Amino acid sequence: MSLPLLKIDGLSIGYEGADGVAVPIVNQVDLQLEEGSTLGLVGESGCGKSTLLLALMGYYDSGLARLAGKVALLGKDPGALNEADLQLFRGGDVALIPQNAGQALTPTLKIEAQMLEALRLHTPLPAASRQDRILQLFDRVQLPDPANLLGRYPHELSGGQQQRVALAMALAGNPKVLLLDEPTTGLDVTTQQAVLALLSEIALESQTAMVFVSHDIGVIGAVCERVAVMYAGEIVELGACNQILQHPRHPYTQALLSSIPKLGQAWAFKAPTSIQQGQDRRLSGCAYAPRCEYVGPTCLKQKPRLTRDQDREVKCVQLSEIARMVAPAGGHKGESKMVGQEYVLSVNNLSVSYDHTGWWPFASRQERKLTVREVSFDIVRGQTLGLVGESGSGKSSILRTLIGLQKSFEGEALLLDKFDLTTPVAHRSKACLSKIQMVFQNPDASLNPRQSIFAALARPLRIYFRLSEPEIRAEVERLMAAVQLPMEYSARYPGQLSGGERQRVAIARALASKPDVLLCDEITSALDVSVQASIIQLLKDLKDAQGLTLLFVSHDLPVVMALADDVAILQRGQICESGRVEQIFNAPEHPYTQSLIKAVL
Amino acid sequence: MSGAEQTMRLVLRSTSGKVGVALVIFHIVLAIVSPWVVPYDFNAQSEVLEHMGPSLAHWGGLDTLGRDVFTRTLLGGREALLVTIFGTAIAMVWGSLFGMFSGFKGGRTDEFMMRAVDTFLAIPFMILLLLVIASFGNSVIVLMLTLGFLYGIGVIRLARAATLGEVTKDYVLAAQARGESVWVILLAEILPNIRDALMVEAAMRWSWMLLAFSALSFLGFGVTPPTPDWGLMIANARIYMPLAPWPVLLPMIALSSLIIGINLMADALAKSLGLDRVQRMPL
Repeated sequence: MSLPLLKIDGLSIGYEGADGVAVPIVNQVDLQLEEGSTLGLVGESGCGKSTLLLALMGYYDSGLARLAGKVALLGKDPGALNEADLQLFRGGDVALIPQNAGQALTPTLKIEAQMLEALRLHTPLPAASRQDRILQLFDRVQLPDPANLLGRYPHELSGGQQQRVALAMALAGNPKVLLLDEPTTGLDVTTQQAVLALLSEIALESQTAMVFVSHDIGVIGAVCERVAVMYAGEIVELGACNQILQHPRHPYTQALLSSIPKLGQAWAFKAPTSIQQGQDRRLSGCAYAPRCEYVGPTCLKQKPRLTRDQDREVKCVQLSEIARMVAPAGGHKGESKMVGQEYVLSVNNLSVSYDHTGWWPFASRQERKLTVREVSFDIVRGQTLGLVGESGSGKSSILRTLIGLQKSFEGEALLLDKFDLTTPVAHRSKACLSKIQMVFQNPDASLNPRQSIFAALARPLRIYFRLSEPEIRAEVERLMAAVQLPMEYSARYPGQLSGGERQRVAIARALASKPDVLLCDEITSALDVSVQASIIQLLKDLKDAQGLTLLFVSHDLPVVMALADDVAILQRGQICESGRVEQIFNAPEHPYTQSLIKAVL
Repeated sequence: MSGAEQTMRLVLRSTSGKVGVALVIFHIVLAIVSPWVVPYDFNAQSEVLEHMGPSLAHWGGLDTLGRDVFTRTLLGGREALLVTIFGTAIAMVWGSLFGMFSGFKGGRTDEFMMRAVDTFLAIPFMILLLLVIASFGNSVIVLMLTLGFLYGIGVIRLARAATLGEVTKDYVLAAQARGESVWVILLAEILPNIRDALMVEAAMRWSWMLLAFSALSFLGFGVTPPTPDWGLMIANARIYMPLAPWPVLLPMIALSSLIIGINLMADALAKSLGLDRVQRMPL
């Protein structure tokens, strides 16, 4: 084992800017990976971690090219291979597990066909023994009932199962290196934990080396031995995972760790202003300097180098300074103000079912399946109710019902004691529509990609209010300010904004009608942790400033804890426990609540 | 830069796109200006010189009746272009509207509309066309409406499929939750997102419609003689082909160059909009 498995020397990847100057996305990265070891790459979205990972497969996004440096993976340079060799190389020695396994699998082919294809391409196995190998692989990734799975299409599997199938496919060629691109981001906590446990086991058992990209440092900690923290395309801290998790030295690593809400700890979000700023890659000094709270004069002038500091490498010149002024993490959750005991939203005995209505009116009756069973809750004005449950627990069905998009349900729901929320959206009055608004999970999907931000914000204004053009403009300006976005952004399209900014726009759009109740459907789950923190902060501010009442649905317990006053835990469509946040998290009574809290990393 | 301008720039980046657009523009310009630039009257007969080969005076030779083939070829695309351009527009408008509505509504409405579409598609268009022309005559308006109607049926399917891909997205859900009307959702929210696919489809439909129109003329149901038309010219001169190939050759080149041009343009358009993109990510 003389040669390292992977050796990256001064690698820079970038594109040519409008002025002809190269803009690096990945800047001067040096990395090494030994056989059988695991390395995590962590950083917020846009830091270049995925670009770096894909470059290891010899893949560059359109417009990107290698600017400098060398990559040697198993002694080969993937960037220099020709198409045919590259095809053998990918999936053979090196396999990638993409972020969204559901989208990586071909939707129109059965699992069996896809597995056979992977085996045909990347193993010398004869056709006859491929079937056995598939069963072996499925056993290895702990997929139950493989015979049944093979005949299904990808959409008929759960997210966790899809991820396992992708993993099995990646393992088909007995790769020496597994590249994982945020493999658990879309999964709920319990599934995520199971997949991570499986990955660690595989790494241990078969001595497969792994490069694991994630924005979630907790996830990295569960799998990897070493971690490299990336910021603006550069590695800012590199070392043993548990060391860095416990004692982060680089100011960015510290900020990253402190922006993750933790259970049982009062959540204080540090430096909310710095988070929205983009990552400038052209600074002559330290890239993190504009956001850094310990910034000194040398930081702005000179680019720091990755230097050895005790047990790790850190790219910061202020280290001794920082060690001296270690800021004690403080702050506590502000007591939420009570604005009278007015029930803004009352839901009584709500049951939601999915009817399979076909052509035949008689046959459908038996297929009725309840996804939500007799759920009741009330929310007082200005309070936030967190609705927590795993995927499939009926959270979203409740929201869909309240917004009037669910067809079959029973029960009562009253808004402001006068609007009946059981009427479908098409028959609701404008007054009722404007009082309750919803923010969706994924801003990529909930904003029309062909509509400018201005148009998106103007739509609800035109529907609910009679306003002149200048008034609309003023109102849009107010909304943009409320979600802390500059007015210039209103001319942009959603594709030109970052994930966090898009979610801010989605929130602004929901606020346009001046609603009393805001329904939030997992609105932070598609965002990375630091952006998530800033969105939570924004919601808190809005709640205080406008007396908004929130119904916040999430599978993420710490997030709910950071934001909600009351919480209700949903299990298979029923509320199994509810109460004040502190009470539930400190002394959970129901076994399901206990297991949920335990499952959080 | 507007979306359309950007698309145009992308189309023109490829060689095939340049050639395609150039051919299409050439034909459209020709159709507009040809009455003023043709060397002869398209109906004037040279009494003794029928079937004369190309000469300096008559570049394309003379046809069976001694008329100048070059003149008639220059003029022969006018009616075809007029009918097919408006026909395509009609097809796209009604096909898109019905298709989007069907895809958005779903359920029984969708089921019913799709079966109706299947029924129409099962009947050969040419027979339907001939039936309509036999009952209503072959005026330009009748041809436009009939072709527009028939070719819109295929558009319904495409628009429906594209809409199905969009309706499940949250922005449509968000619009519904806001209380937007069905037509606002279709036209303001969904249409801009399926516009690309529809544009490519329009170009393809146009070339098919041109072929169908020329076929009609060829069969004698399209343009009424003596108006010059490529399909008609080919049909009339076809029997003398071993003897005098030129009256067939020129209209054939004209028609195929236009259709090739449209196809190249549609191809480049599809490429530039990324609609033919293969999965490029490694797996």
